[in-house]
Amino acid sequence: MEYILAALVGLFIAIGTYLLLSRSVIRMLIGLTIFSNGVLLLIFTAGRLTQEVAPIVPQGLDVPEGAIANPLPQALILTAIVIGFSMFAFLLVLAFRAYQSLDADNTDTMRLAEPDNAPNPPLSY
Amino acid sequence: MATSTPTTDLPQAMIETVVPASDWVIVLPIALALMGAAGLMMFRRSNGTPLIGSVIVVLAIIACEIALLVEVLANGPVSMTMGRWLPPFGISLTADIFGASFALAAALVTLIVLFYAELDRADADGRDAFHPMVLLLLAGVTGAFLTGDLFNLYVWFEVMLIASFGLIVQGNRPLQLDGAVKYGFLNFLATTFFLMSLGLLYGLLGTLNMSDIMRVSSTADPAAMAGVAALFLLAFGMKAAAFPVNAWLPASYHTPPAAISALFAGLLTKVGAYAMLRALVVVLPASRDMLEPVLACIAIGTLLIAPLGAIAETNLRRAIGFVVIGGIGAVMVGLAMPSLNGVAGSGLYIFHAILTMTALYMVAGLIEKTTGQSDTRYMGGLYAANAPLSILFILLVLASAGVPPFLGFWPKLLLLEAGLDQGVTGAAPGWVGTAMVLALLINAVLTLIAGTRLWAHVFWRSGPEGQGSENGSVDLKPFEKRGQLALGATTLLVAGIVVAGLWPGPLMEAISAGAADIIDPARYVEATALAGDEL
Repeated sequence: MEYILAALVGLFIAIGTYLLLSRSVIRMLIGLTIFSNGVLLLIFTAGRLTQEVAPIVPQGLDVPEGAIANPLPQALILTAIVIGFSMFAFLLVLAFRAYQSLDADNTDTMRLAEPDNAPNPPLSY
Repeated sequence: MATSTPTTDLPQAMIETVVPASDWVIVLPIALALMGAAGLMMFRRSNGTPLIGSVIVVLAIIACEIALLVEVLANGPVSMTMGRWLPPFGISLTADIFGASFALAAALVTLIVLFYAELDRADADGRDAFHPMVLLLLAGVTGAFLTGDLFNLYVWFEVMLIASFGLIVQGNRPLQLDGAVKYGFLNFLATTFFLMSLGLLYGLLGTLNMSDIMRVSSTADPAAMAGVAALFLLAFGMKAAAFPVNAWLPASYHTPPAAISALFAGLLTKVGAYAMLRALVVVLPASRDMLEPVLACIAIGTLLIAPLGAIAETNLRRAIGFVVIGGIGAVMVGLAMPSLNGVAGSGLYIFHAILTMTALYMVAGLIEKTTGQSDTRYMGGLYAANAPLSILFILLVLASAGVPPFLGFWPKLLLLEAGLDQGVTGAAPGWVGTAMVLALLINAVLTLIAGTRLWAHVFWRSGPEGQGSENGSVDLKPFEKRGQLALGATTLLVAGIVVAGLWPGPLMEAISAGAADIIDPARYVEATALAGDEL
């Protein structure tokens, strides 16, 4: 099971990287999402996969009986999903606003902040 | 993993005593900033309240952080664990001298920037939520400086990131949207790399508490740990804008209003540098040793490339962005040679950079306000019009280049000593230390050239390019009341930098004591009071 998921993580990250290298902002956004989902899957796999019982302590005991599933990666992933989703939402709106006001969804043509034909530095002094 | 014996002893895993009231000073700065941000959101429409409210909150944060720093200086690192479970089960906030002093410096510059920001807020109506977002940014930065848990560090990075997203688009000009796209994508990618390294580290060790990692990291495969450390280096290197991954900084930092640029320059990259110091030197020292050649190359590259960019750049704030990047190179030198002097030099440099880089952007904002230009080609003759501004700028140029007796000189002195020592005694070949010493010196000269050229172009020459006569200078706008307030705030910060540079004794003693804790984190681990230590 770990091997399959590890391969899947690799596939996600490869697709994400490929899309991130694109010049279109929307493709980059999709790439970023796939990339971060690959990372979430990686945390899930790194927390060891078990088919044991849910991590619930039976009534009257202080510790669970026997082996249980590891609840921590799920907590980590849940935090990261919430954060990643809000970041993605912001970037999506930002990309749309940038498209509206710059009329560009191609990073090659987004050169307002870094002018293409940068002037030579002044030669005095 | 805890062994599941039938008869459990709760005191081994739970805190059963009340947390001493003095420990609360570690969590109060973060809580105050978060609650202040939430509270100010409610008052964002009322006139004048946000500024007064945020100043009161930041003053309270500063008071808590002074108390924390005094406590840490007197009794060593302080730790507080959330939710009654002992670390590593509960999440700890742990402050040592480095974390507490950087958090204090961050709160101080935030206070000054709050007054400075009034410069651009003449017709802002508060609905842009500037003040709540500044407090949120401060919460993220303070949390990152004070946390003792790597996943918690990730969360603070994201708090910082979302607040900075909100700030960088304030004003909503097309230029800013362009800068924000680049800033947003690359910084989100950097935190995703951080998350990836966290996942792998958790898979290897089963813990994310910094002290607990120090305890168990020797059990893991060194090669795998080196891979994790390399990912940390990439993630924090992107956040800190170290040389090969620095392109986002000069693309975005000059786009928002000057007050926001100043805040970013002072706080954001320094948190990246601090996180790198914490993760590589303190938490994973064995893996850092394997990465030492890489760290040395990054340090030298950053030190040499950044000031060249500053010399080539004509846009004032973009040029200063390259100076900020050069400073990260100096911090990296200390990471590559973690002797007592090296780490103390890095720490003092971060402290210096928080103050100086903020002040540089503040002065640049005032220059842009006066001339109405952002490109140095169209500036000139400002010395005659505004001599105080020219004095502030040249002082900051000297401080950031590291000319004695200014604040930037002392960390570089420590780093040079560390480099020369390593040539004699270090484990790595001596030429590495020598190369870094040379890079530091060349960086100082190049930064000085870049800074004084900017000064000459903006202030000294009689008018913009192509205009020879002194009468032909650009239209200069005199400061109004808000401008005077901003100038006063900037002067206060620069005066603080000059005083700290002239009497660096207490600062250097404190940072040296902090560096001892970084190199030998025994007191830090002890303060965390890990569960099962006595077993």
